[in-house]
Amino acid sequence: MRPAAAIATVVACALASLVTSHCKAQTAEVLHWWTSKGESAAVRELAEAYRKAGGTWVDTAIAGGDNARNTAITRMLGGKPPTVAQFNATQQFHEVVDEGLLSDIDAVAKAQNWDAILPEPLRAFIKRDGKYYAAPVNIHNPSWFWYSKAVLAKAGVTAEPANMTEFFAALDKVKASGAIALALGGQNWQEAILFNTVLHASGGAELYRRFYGQTDGAVALTPEFKRVLAEFKRLKSYVDKGSPNRDWNVAAGMIIANRAGFQVIGDYVKGEFLAANKVAGKDYGCFPGFGAKAPYMIDGDVFVFPKPPKSAAAETTKAQMLFATVVTSREVQVAFNLKKGSIPIRADVDMASADLCTQLGLSALKDPSRHLPAPEQLASAEKNAAIGDAITKFWNTNQSVDDAARAFAKAAAIRI
Amino acid sequence: MTSRIQKTQPRRVNVWLHIALLPMLISALVAYLTSTLWTIGLSFTASRMFPNSRFVGWAQYERLFDNERWSLALNNLMIYAIGAIVLCTLLGFLLAVFIDQKIRGESLFRTVFLYPYAMSMVVTGLVWQWILNPEQGIQAFMHSVGFTEFNFNWIVSQEMVMGCIILAAVWQGSGFIMALILAALRGVDAEIWKAASIDGIPVWRTYISVVLPMIKGTVITALTLQIIGSIKVYDMVIAMTRGGPGLASEVPAKFILDNIGLRSNLGQASAAATVLLVTVVALVVPYYFYLKHQKAKTGGQH
Repeated sequence: MRPAAAIATVVACALASLVTSHCKAQTAEVLHWWTSKGESAAVRELAEAYRKAGGTWVDTAIAGGDNARNTAITRMLGGKPPTVAQFNATQQFHEVVDEGLLSDIDAVAKAQNWDAILPEPLRAFIKRDGKYYAAPVNIHNPSWFWYSKAVLAKAGVTAEPANMTEFFAALDKVKASGAIALALGGQNWQEAILFNTVLHASGGAELYRRFYGQTDGAVALTPEFKRVLAEFKRLKSYVDKGSPNRDWNVAAGMIIANRAGFQVIGDYVKGEFLAANKVAGKDYGCFPGFGAKAPYMIDGDVFVFPKPPKSAAAETTKAQMLFATVVTSREVQVAFNLKKGSIPIRADVDMASADLCTQLGLSALKDPSRHLPAPEQLASAEKNAAIGDAITKFWNTNQSVDDAARAFAKAAAIRI
Repeated sequence: MTSRIQKTQPRRVNVWLHIALLPMLISALVAYLTSTLWTIGLSFTASRMFPNSRFVGWAQYERLFDNERWSLALNNLMIYAIGAIVLCTLLGFLLAVFIDQKIRGESLFRTVFLYPYAMSMVVTGLVWQWILNPEQGIQAFMHSVGFTEFNFNWIVSQEMVMGCIILAAVWQGSGFIMALILAALRGVDAEIWKAASIDGIPVWRTYISVVLPMIKGTVITALTLQIIGSIKVYDMVIAMTRGGPGLASEVPAKFILDNIGLRSNLGQASAAATVLLVTVVALVVPYYFYLKHQKAKTGGQH
């Protein structure tokens, strides 16, 4: 009885897997990590549009970018890849391309004229050896200043700071008024965002590019860089004691509740403001850097298209092409990005209904001289990790500026 | 039990038993041994996000030990292991002795003490994180009732954060050690106690000089389990501090997983994992020989 049952199960499983792999070929299994409230509302726009275009969307949502990316890669290596997988514009993406795991989507890119409509840093990044290997869906800037209008008004700060000195003056006023001046989530990646923001906002885009782009690390020992380090560390005196290990959305909650003045974080935070019914320009303000010509960091989510198993190649490729066409089309870009709080990848769309902060981002994107690649696009994961370690050590210990400069130089000199 | 049964019955190889065990054996060999060898192999390559076979000799190990974060992680592991094991064992032993006094409501106490062990590390970590958070937990409470001078901010302090993790680990783990030791204490022959009381030896003295040596095996088992558990410590740290503030509560298991995922550096992760493996082996092998030695002394066959 038992062996018979076991054999029956095995046969059933084999049949089932035949059937499902067959099914998968006609549909798009989409692996992504958009699981929060605002994010799932946004991804539903993509799914809706894909269904309307005649496809079947199979949703595989995995919480956490790292988990999702690892799952996608493991499945690619294991020969059972999802049809489409979310990825970040990072150097790891290039590694996956070089490993030969992805299909290119040049056909879609040519038909949609991506060469002309995508902003340069994004285009340069997803194009590898002359071919497009990813469909970008949005542009995020991980490096914005946000503030509570009520807290700043109470503290007597009347204008947005236009340089680092004015920023410190504003922080001093907020602190004196009894509120927490700077809401920071003391996790490594948030500390890194704060540092990178000070680096390009105060040190300038040139210093930022040299630090992340060059491999000798010498730039970290220059007086300009040391000034940035000192300014970054000075910000610590404006952060409250409960900061270590605070999540970014909890820090945003401090701005929403008018308990803190400023927060430096990516524009995905708008989802939090939206969920709390806060309006840009009325309840909270935002600026992507100091002054009208401030550098604007360009980062974003992309979808990649793993090479399908041979048995299902033709149909999967069809599904992939359809997906790439749909998610980058004008209407979907507007609908998706309004929900996501990000900026469309193409300039030829009407975003008039977007909020004040998105409008600021849109106008920044129109000026290519303001475009700034994210650290992950300039440096390897390894180098970024080492720099992240240096940042968090400097922020959290009593390391001197000179010692920190040496540590930063060592981290930036990592080659691979 | 088993050895006694085997002694009374003639030794006969049970073919079906071995066949039944075969799948388990194969999966253990394939899954564990192959993965282990694979990991060790990778640690000598320049693998990044994907495994490759570009041999780099000891370079990954040299980089590993040049990495400040790794040395910090090892250092923290030592602090954690020593702190948690000493406190857990001590507390577990005292609780076991307390319950061994045939107190009233014994089963209630036993449940209460063992209860934390039933909770996952993540839940334990999160709860302690809230309790210890200076803005939400004990400190905030004390401030709110008027003791504004009260200061308890270990979890955000570079120097004391490991203390917080040890605290949570002891809260969670000592009940389990109590259960182990209590079982051993219950196995001690009542005659020994009678003899000790006739000789007028104080109870505490009997525990330390007579009973403790008798349950030595259990204590060593408890220690070994805890050492292995400490080396693997990960979820508690993630739930409580994520290795922060800064890098102050970084541990080796977290270092390895960060390198596999976020940092896409399989070679480095494998080197670190191999170092941990060697450490575990170095700790387990003596225990294995100790058990063998004990068995040989008591006349067991294996």
